[in-house]
Amino acid sequence: MPGVEIPTWDPQTALIIGSILVEAIVLYVGYGGLEQVVGPRLMELLVGSDASAGQ
Amino acid sequence: MLASSIDSIVSSPELAVLFVGFGLVVGVLFGFFGMGGSFLVTPALLMMGYPAPVAVGSGMAFVFGTAVIASLKHHDLGQVDYKLGGIMIVGTTVGIEVGRASVYYLESLGLAGGVISVAYVLLLGGIGAMVTREALNGDGGGGVDHEAADKDLGDYEIPEIARTIQETVRIPPMVTLRGDVRVSAWIITAVAFATGVLSGFLGVGGGFIRMPAMIYAIGVPVPVAVGTDLFEIVFSGGIGSYLYGQGGGVDLAIVAPLLFGSALGARIGSAATAIVDSDGIKVYFGGMLLAGAIAVGIGEVGTYLGIELLETAGLVLVLGAAVVVAGAIVYTTLASLRATQRRQTPAAD
Repeated sequence: MPGVEIPTWDPQTALIIGSILVEAIVLYVGYGGLEQVVGPRLMELLVGSDASAGQ
Repeated sequence: MLASSIDSIVSSPELAVLFVGFGLVVGVLFGFFGMGGSFLVTPALLMMGYPAPVAVGSGMAFVFGTAVIASLKHHDLGQVDYKLGGIMIVGTTVGIEVGRASVYYLESLGLAGGVISVAYVLLLGGIGAMVTREALNGDGGGGVDHEAADKDLGDYEIPEIARTIQETVRIPPMVTLRGDVRVSAWIITAVAFATGVLSGFLGVGGGFIRMPAMIYAIGVPVPVAVGTDLFEIVFSGGIGSYLYGQGGGVDLAIVAPLLFGSALGARIGSAATAIVDSDGIKVYFGGMLLAGAIAVGIGEVGTYLGIELLETAGLVLVLGAAVVVAGAIVYTTLASLRATQRRQTPAAD
């Protein structure tokens, strides 16, 4: 596809880019929640007790 | 296209796991240094044998996904200048399209892979040498200055060069940005276009050039430069990915697992910045970029001479260098936390 182009509507491509957008938002929310739930316990396991106190 | 990508992931779980792992490593580097998220993705894909438009297009789609996640965080911190971002989107998007058209033109001549690899050797080598030299000199090196990024906008001093540009180039329309910066819209557009061409040609976010350009050419405070850069990549990278996707250049079987790993890695890297001084590790980051430049060079020579062993050696060097630096960040962070814990325990007793 050489040459500069103006974007035209393509449902298949929009679906792919849309799914990347949705994945990114789900990962942001999901990992954020996971960090709050599992984070302190994981830090305790890796570093020792009270490690998460300063976090 | 979506169904075939899901089929690819299911039929080749080893490859998906490799991409998740690579994404994790890239995410740690991006979260810690604030750049380098996509430096290694496109060259690695090229060395794995993906066609240039797929390597660059998928690299760009990965950058788009990473930018969505990072700009959500910076939006929460109030570090996005939407007016500046809006002006930059136009210039960057046009630049990306020019870069993308160049890739397809070179591909039609059968030269895309070679030219992009050479561009990466120069880029990785140049930035790697700069970061290593500055880190060895104790100047901090490249990447985001986390202390500056945490400063209040009112405490920020506009660099002398930015002040000179603002006073010299006064072509209307002039716009007022956050931090009381008044600058010609044409300077913003020129910076955006130039970095957009680079993004479209190499599949990178371009933050490593756009951020210093925003700070030194436009005079934007560091935290706003970081947040706004990511915000505008969401749009320009999204449009760029869409254009690459129309030509079949975005492979979800590559992007989805990479993003899955990098979103977690970025959280680890970002958390590590609060514990470890990045200056001590920047020299390794510079070394990693230099190793990346050598690896791409070795891989390209291997492709040219048809020696598969050299291509594999190049790929192993790229992945190995990234794994070593990301591992050093995680190890140093855990060691620092354990040392702090040991110091606190007797005090508590």
